[in-house]
Amino acid sequence: MTSLDAEQRVEVALTVNGLPRAATVPSRRLLSDFLRHDLRLPGTHVGCEHGVCGACTVLLDGEPVRACLMFAASARGHEITTVEGLSEPDGALSPVQQAFRECHGLQCGFCTSGFLTTATAYLEENPAPTRDEVVEAISGNLCRCTGYQNIVASVLRAAELRRERAAGQAS
Amino acid sequence: MTTRLFGAPVPRSEDARLLTGGGRYLDDLGHDAAAVAFVRSPHAHARIVDVDVTDALDVEGLLAVYTYEDLEGALAEPLPLLIPHPSIVAGRTAHALASGVVHHVGEPVVMVVASDRYVAEDVCDRIRVEYDVLPAVVGVRNARDATHLAHADVPGNVAAHLVQEVGDARAAIDAAPHVLELELDIERSACTPLEGRGVYARWDADESRLRLWSSTQTTTGVRAAVAAKLELPLSAVDCTAPDVGGGFGVKIMHPWPEEVLVPWAARRLDRELKWTEDRREHFVSSAHERAQVQQVRVGFDDAGRLLGLDVRFWHDNGAYLPYGVIVPIITSTQLLGPYKPGAYRVEFDSLYTNTVIVTPYRGAGRPQGVFAMERTMDAIADHLGRDRVAVREANFIGPDEMPYDQQMTFQDGRPLVYDSGDFPATMAKLKDLVGWDEFAAYREQARAEGRRVGIGVACYVEGTGVGPYEGGHVQVETSGKVVVATGLTTQGQGHETVFAQIVADELGVPFEDVTVTTGDTRRMPYSVGTFASRAAVMSGNAVGLAARNVRTKALRIAGDALEADPQDLEIVDGQVRVKGNPSVGLPLSTVAVLSNPLRYAFDKASQAATQFVVGDPDSPPVAEDDEPGLEGRDFYSPPQSTYANGMHAVVVETDPETAEIRILRYCVVHDCGNVVNPMIVEGQIHGGVAQGVGGALYERMAYDEDGQLLNASFMDFLMPYATEVPATVEIDHLETPSPLNPLGIKGAGEAGVIPGAAAFASAIEDAEGFRISAMPISPSELFALRARFAAGDIPAVRTAPRPEGTS
Ligand code: FES
Ligand code: FES
Repeated sequence: MTSLDAEQRVEVALTVNGLPRAATVPSRRLLSDFLRHDLRLPGTHVGCEHGVCGACTVLLDGEPVRACLMFAASARGHEITTVEGLSEPDGALSPVQQAFRECHGLQCGFCTSGFLTTATAYLEENPAPTRDEVVEAISGNLCRCTGYQNIVASVLRAAELRRERAAGQAS
Repeated sequence: MTTRLFGAPVPRSEDARLLTGGGRYLDDLGHDAAAVAFVRSPHAHARIVDVDVTDALDVEGLLAVYTYEDLEGALAEPLPLLIPHPSIVAGRTAHALASGVVHHVGEPVVMVVASDRYVAEDVCDRIRVEYDVLPAVVGVRNARDATHLAHADVPGNVAAHLVQEVGDARAAIDAAPHVLELELDIERSACTPLEGRGVYARWDADESRLRLWSSTQTTTGVRAAVAAKLELPLSAVDCTAPDVGGGFGVKIMHPWPEEVLVPWAARRLDRELKWTEDRREHFVSSAHERAQVQQVRVGFDDAGRLLGLDVRFWHDNGAYLPYGVIVPIITSTQLLGPYKPGAYRVEFDSLYTNTVIVTPYRGAGRPQGVFAMERTMDAIADHLGRDRVAVREANFIGPDEMPYDQQMTFQDGRPLVYDSGDFPATMAKLKDLVGWDEFAAYREQARAEGRRVGIGVACYVEGTGVGPYEGGHVQVETSGKVVVATGLTTQGQGHETVFAQIVADELGVPFEDVTVTTGDTRRMPYSVGTFASRAAVMSGNAVGLAARNVRTKALRIAGDALEADPQDLEIVDGQVRVKGNPSVGLPLSTVAVLSNPLRYAFDKASQAATQFVVGDPDSPPVAEDDEPGLEGRDFYSPPQSTYANGMHAVVVETDPETAEIRILRYCVVHDCGNVVNPMIVEGQIHGGVAQGVGGALYERMAYDEDGQLLNASFMDFLMPYATEVPATVEIDHLETPSPLNPLGIKGAGEAGVIPGAAAFASAIEDAEGFRISAMPISPSELFALRARFAAGDIPAVRTAPRPEGTS
């Protein structure tokens, strides 16, 4: 059985969207496939499988990473956030999600998870970006539907919504 | 009165799902299905000598390996030539798995089924196929020269040949005061949706039924094709399109080999099977478009008015012709744009090459046609020293000439008759929007600062909403909720929202109460598909008509119950009530209960309904020409396409040293009739413009002479990112309602991409001062063109024409 090496199985335990998850999977299992098919969280999409389109972007300890470029085993012990984990605890859309809806920042929705995770992490770092900074921040993600104008508008609007919500909570 | 939803920028119903990871695309289904992978041809043209699977057989998890020899019955026949046409002289289509000879890199040769995709690919790696390599035909000119043949039995590589002529174009040109000739080139590009193709099949052995999901633009088409290929009754096959991650044309092609093979093997193995295309597969085994070589000869008068136009072009249709000659027919007819061509002759050859097949990509042959016509307009303006817009205006069809008969036959087999449009008004808006008249001064000023800027303009007319038909089904449930189904599919155009807007308006119910299903043959088995900017026109009108039927029925039943004349009733917010006396009425939910004379009262709604008496007690409970249920179905079938139009202007700056091309402004004026949801229409334009930018400046299929696609990845095929598109797309609308359909709408899905390449060519030419005749144009190509221009190899154009009226 020559393929046995490839099918060596490993136990992967990690935190996904705040919950402890574990599964035993082949050691060559990509993080994207692990999330999508083993953990049944198919919101993370795969557009190229070679790290270029950004559709598979998830947050690893808060930092955006491409799930198609990583083995599931390498995520052991880390905290992963996928699009399924972006909403507010009460189920309301997060500022980034809400802004994409308001600004028509998605059409087919296939690239969207990657833009949402990327923008979420970016706004943590830079809560008040300029337009050019936003373009730069999303310049590693491909979208074939929207032409990007509304995506840029969405991220700028998300920054606004974050501030509004923060102000609402403070008062 | 409830506010009208038609025309409002209603936020999309589908977004809540898609923004939270709740979308379900093809590969999100069937987590436990076995996986399919393919061994594909590494050669563009070769005879298969031997397939050796010995090394693969001991891979753990292998379930099956199939080659052409395993296929039986209809499945062993060539795949269908979907759209036959008299111009096709040699129609060749592929087999589901290659039989004897492969004709392009990527053609499926062996099908592998295994426990998961990783294992299936292990197996593919271990299968050895021996080939006897044959010479490959790559590129339009090589195909035309026919030194080698892409198919041994197709002389001259000619798949189809067509001539259409109105008047005597050649005589008109010969007699014209001015004559010009152009030779033009357009490269291949592709739809490239972010989600590739995919098929998931379940065979239910107990019921002998096939359940099929495909990432397709036509589920009814796939269903019928699969039933035919698997020799199953149509009624035993159901096909659904789940959420689809973009289409742009490539997913209207059907049946793909994988679409028939996956369900065939699922039945044979009695297992759920799924195939999900990966990115490289998408590049080499789906479809491309655009490549043409064109020769234009034009005769015109001193004002630049066309007297005769003679266009000869060669179209690269790739290795097979499953989708017929739709693309070159569209090029040859829609080339005319908003103009009166004088006498017109067009002749094309559609040629086989040993490259990926060509099927419609958003715009579908129009970008090439517009390129030919708009390059011609600019050449005429240059020749006469006239303003480029003035030359166009001299050739416009006037609004008073509508409907205008171009006396040609369009791709739907119907006469090419423009139903509406006001081209001079559209151009006036565009000139205002972009500041056309002020640009010469701006260019001069920029020049003085050592900058090169240029402006370009391009116009198009687009036949949209082609028939034959679409259907709508609308049902009011006893909860008062309204469910709507239409057969065509959705790939991001917001149909769930747009069709709900139309139904909510027609029926008088809250938007939130309406749910729309598209692309499920169980809910609407009659449909054609989503292509040719037809969804809003066709299904929009169909669901509108169906909703109208439901409304009529609701008023009749409610009239009966309330002892009122239906004419005196209205439906507002889901309540049927007496006009002028809103306190008298009943909810639609109750009408829904009353519509179905059932003897069981199993919920509150049915108990509430018992207070009303409907129907004639002496007649049967369901009258002879009636049906139970508050539902209605209708079909919309137009006599011909409805013609949308638009004009784009782009301002570019080219770097004098690096030849980099920067987009300073992009302006769009378009007329797609009445607009259901302006937010969604603008989104469609944005996306189209970005694809136009890609086609003009970045995207090409880099085939080498052996037919290897050298850039089959997102690393090498340069699709625009956010950094490559215009910061804003400035949009102005004109709404000339279509007289052809009840809602007055025209299609908008493809418009944004159509004039892109032509507008960029015009702008770059204006900035550089020499003739641009090939697209796309990258910085390095522009750099090379500058050198050729300096060497006197390409003609200069005047970049600052005399203002009109002076001499
Ligand atoms: S799928 Fe990971 S970057 Fe494209
Ligand atoms: S919305 Fe379709 S790819 Fe971005």
